[in-house]
Amino acid sequence: MTHTWDFATIIQNWQVLWVGLKGTVLIFLVTVVLGLAGGLLVGIARYARSRFLNWPAMAFVEVFRNTPVLVQIIWFYYAFPILTGIEVNPFLAAVLGISLNTMAFSAEIYRAGIQSIDPGQWEAGKAIGMTYNQTLRRIILPVAIKRVLPALTNRGIEVFKMSTLASVVAYVETLNQAKLIADLNFNPIEAYTAVALIFFVVLYPVVQGTYVLERILKKGD
Amino acid sequence: MSEIVQISDLHKSFGDLNVLKGIDLTVQSGETVVLLGSSGSGKSTLLRCVNFMEEPTQGSVSLHGELIGTEAGGKMQYRESELCALRTRIGMVFQHFNLFPHMTVEQNVMEGQVTVLKRSKSEAQSKAMTQLERVGLADKASEYPARLSGGQKQRVAIARALAMDPDVMLFDEVTSALDPELVGEVLKTMRQLADEGMTMLVVTHELGFAYHVANRVLFLHDGKILEEGKPQQVLKNPQTQRMREFLDGHSLFKLPD
Repeated sequence: MTHTWDFATIIQNWQVLWVGLKGTVLIFLVTVVLGLAGGLLVGIARYARSRFLNWPAMAFVEVFRNTPVLVQIIWFYYAFPILTGIEVNPFLAAVLGISLNTMAFSAEIYRAGIQSIDPGQWEAGKAIGMTYNQTLRRIILPVAIKRVLPALTNRGIEVFKMSTLASVVAYVETLNQAKLIADLNFNPIEAYTAVALIFFVVLYPVVQGTYVLERILKKGD
Repeated sequence: MSEIVQISDLHKSFGDLNVLKGIDLTVQSGETVVLLGSSGSGKSTLLRCVNFMEEPTQGSVSLHGELIGTEAGGKMQYRESELCALRTRIGMVFQHFNLFPHMTVEQNVMEGQVTVLKRSKSEAQSKAMTQLERVGLADKASEYPARLSGGQKQRVAIARALAMDPDVMLFDEVTSALDPELVGEVLKTMRQLADEGMTMLVVTHELGFAYHVANRVLFLHDGKILEEGKPQQVLKNPQTQRMREFLDGHSLFKLPD
């Protein structure tokens, strides 16, 4: 196998990839915020004693944890509009698929964090007259979230990579733009290699940062 | 003297296990009542029923003559808001301190005042300092709990409860998790509170504390009060075989006089 690497056309079309990267960052920001914030609510509901909160939360988690994100995105794009009559654009379909999946996964992380807190902390809050919600907000969550922060940052990194799935409904992000370049210049090898490189260059420093974060958090305990 | 806590015919069961089988107890203002008993006798459960950390299965608890809960269909019903309000008036200190690890000592003592009693930050802060001085830890105000000794942690926990201006304080085996050499500082703080006229209900294994500080000692066995009276009387002249065995167990290796 001999392949002569030629990135000239990629570099010429850097603006096309730049537009894609901006699309990637946009969908990442929206889905990571929705996913991690929504996951907190689902996680709290999952932990609650009330069945009215607990059961729907559990059903939600199981549905979205056990179906592929790619299928969810396609389903929201093609099936959902036919079933409901509501128009769904590529961005919305991808946001729904990725953030619902992230909510389901992060809900379990938050729940595990809440469960890991010593029951004595609940008792101490209760004993000074705090309500369940006050104890949760003031005493339990600050410690629980700090404890699961490494797991949540991992989730965030996954979300960033998951954004490429949005290309399946032709949302304008890095992979989709690379496909465009590949189709026009017949250079798929360079185009997709460029995508991998872009993701690596963006994520590597972030991942290194999370190691530092983990060390700092360990020290605080 | 006025009645602070009045418990009548209190029962508590966990499933099939009957832990309390009819307890009657009245605690007068300024009194220190010590509950003794072997493990499983129900003394901690009784204490936890006073501030409804456990809901009694049967019977009633009154604070200052006010009945807690409302009766509906032959059973007592308790609302969260009612119990929260009640707990602000009853301080509780635990065996394992349960300080909030993400807050400084001062913030620990301020938390209930600000979040529950809605006191202003500055008021809560000055109150916190007053209580920390009372337990001798004003100089540790800005430390985190992890940096304190067990005895210091327990005194912070006492200050945290006192800052709510409770009518009565509950102590649940507060020296049991401490190194023997740290027990003294906590007992000294408790004695000081008793001397200042705080109403206290104390579950402990420290017979010396019971003897010297309590106004009244109760001996629980199998979910019932077996003996009750002045410490000199109950500890020196027990009436029941069970109580004698309990005391023997505690003084087996007493140093000769």
